[in-house]
Amino acid sequence: MKGLLSVYRKELQDHFSSTRFILLFTLILMVSLITAFMVGTGIRDELQAVAKPTFVFLMLFSSPGKFFSLISFIAFFGPLMGIVLGFDSINRERSARTLSKLVSQPIYRDSIINGKFLAGSITIAIMLLAIILLISGLGLRLIGIIPGPEEIGRLAIYFLISLFYISLWLGISILFSVIFRSMATSALAAIACWIFFSFFVAYGASLAADAISPVDQRATTSNPELLVQHEQTRRVLSLLSPMTLYSEATTTILDPLRKTTQSLLLMGPLERLSISRFQSPLPLGESVYIVFPHLISLLAITVLCFAISYVFFMRQEVRST
Amino acid sequence: MDGQIVIETQELTKVYGEQVAVDHLNLKINQGEVFGFLGPNGAGKTTTLLMLLGLSEPTSGKAWVCGFDPTREPLKVKRVVGYLPENVGFYDDMNAVQNLKYVSQLNAIPDEIAAPKMEDLLKMVDLYGEPKKKVGDYSRGMRQRLGIAEVLLKDPQVVFLDEPTLGLDPDGSNQMLELIQSLSRDKKITVFFCSHLLEQVQKISHRVGIMIKGSLVAVGRIEDLGKAKLGVGQEKYTLEEIYMKYFKEGQL
Repeated sequence: MKGLLSVYRKELQDHFSSTRFILLFTLILMVSLITAFMVGTGIRDELQAVAKPTFVFLMLFSSPGKFFSLISFIAFFGPLMGIVLGFDSINRERSARTLSKLVSQPIYRDSIINGKFLAGSITIAIMLLAIILLISGLGLRLIGIIPGPEEIGRLAIYFLISLFYISLWLGISILFSVIFRSMATSALAAIACWIFFSFFVAYGASLAADAISPVDQRATTSNPELLVQHEQTRRVLSLLSPMTLYSEATTTILDPLRKTTQSLLLMGPLERLSISRFQSPLPLGESVYIVFPHLISLLAITVLCFAISYVFFMRQEVRST
Repeated sequence: MDGQIVIETQELTKVYGEQVAVDHLNLKINQGEVFGFLGPNGAGKTTTLLMLLGLSEPTSGKAWVCGFDPTREPLKVKRVVGYLPENVGFYDDMNAVQNLKYVSQLNAIPDEIAAPKMEDLLKMVDLYGEPKKKVGDYSRGMRQRLGIAEVLLKDPQVVFLDEPTLGLDPDGSNQMLELIQSLSRDKKITVFFCSHLLEQVQKISHRVGIMIKGSLVAVGRIEDLGKAKLGVGQEKYTLEEIYMKYFKEGQL
């Protein structure tokens, strides 16, 4: 335990004094401030209208504004945060020859990985918290609406899911830093993984769904079940991607007017409109109930990454040359 | 030397795939001894060290360091053993004190004990002068001396040094040798070191072991080895003669 804490303290110190952290933080801060500003002014215009939406404050995070919402920004760039913080955690020590020194100290080997992971996730947590608070502060000024307790609760859950999600990518990049000796290779591998999951899984899922339960125009008119089946297959497959898990979970939490995580595929535009006008928002408890499996899945993938890292790292022989 | 045995191996063997790196090694080293471990590159010296430290698992055989089995109780071994790897690495963007402090934290040494100790050690290895200088700017000799300070920080009973004088200038390596001798003499620390530099080994070792192609071909005091190998009568036996003789036999 002492060993873990020492590693953690040192890594945290390293993170906060590193240039890449400052660069990353500035970038993310800038983008989120710009989004918040645009979304905020958008909401202000909307507030002039007669029908006032509920949960206005959360719209700061979930409404797409002119470009994209903060949640889709984090969904897309969050992984990069994790990767940047973790891709060289073990192999940098290896190439600086400090690893052989580290493992010959009286600490368990897993506490090296754990300490590094803990320091990384605390860094992520601080970044995220800063971003959320800044946007909230700016939002308060822009729209002049104070968040209610439920909104604060939802934001807290959003924070937690995002933390898990980015930490998952930290775990993946630490895994690559254990497997690959070269820092460039592990960075590229992690980025390849990121691109794969953000672009290809969604596309691949619909391809696979076409193959597993094909739909054509004539069959669906006689048997709408087919369409549902197709959609379900696609959805289950796309849930393999942490990105889908994350986006679904966060939209459910921050956009309580959406009753389910299912896309409203089978509804006509008028139905959709009437639902969004007159339905009541989903209570917090039920939103949590919906996103709980997502959270568990994100955790499970992280744990899996850890297990693989342990297996590799414990068996690796550490030579100084 | 004092009677107590601190390092012992029995039929210690390490096999990598087809290649036998260490072949049934039997070795006993006493407390306070300076033991020079010789052998050509790739003879299995470092592999032996790694097994004694619990950083590598032996294929078969047993080892004890200070009464602990490095495979079963690696943490207990690492608590009493200091290891200076060949080409020791430091965190280059930190200064000497910060580097030492990290190691002392990893060893769970309380700060109030560690701080004066670090000062003493830095004075001992002659690095106290420039506290602000980053280790990245250190010369090779300075890094090596800092490595020794780091190893001694945890008050080890045994230190393993892998090529401690490699690449040092004559003055630097003399300092290093004196330092090693003083460890054994003043602090009763057992020193187990690997080297190619036979003259230096001869200068400071109480006993030597010669390892060729994974097997220990000779072990003992230099004079005894010389008498056995080169015949009685020579006034002084140089380690080089002995070593070359074994080496040539090993090539056959």
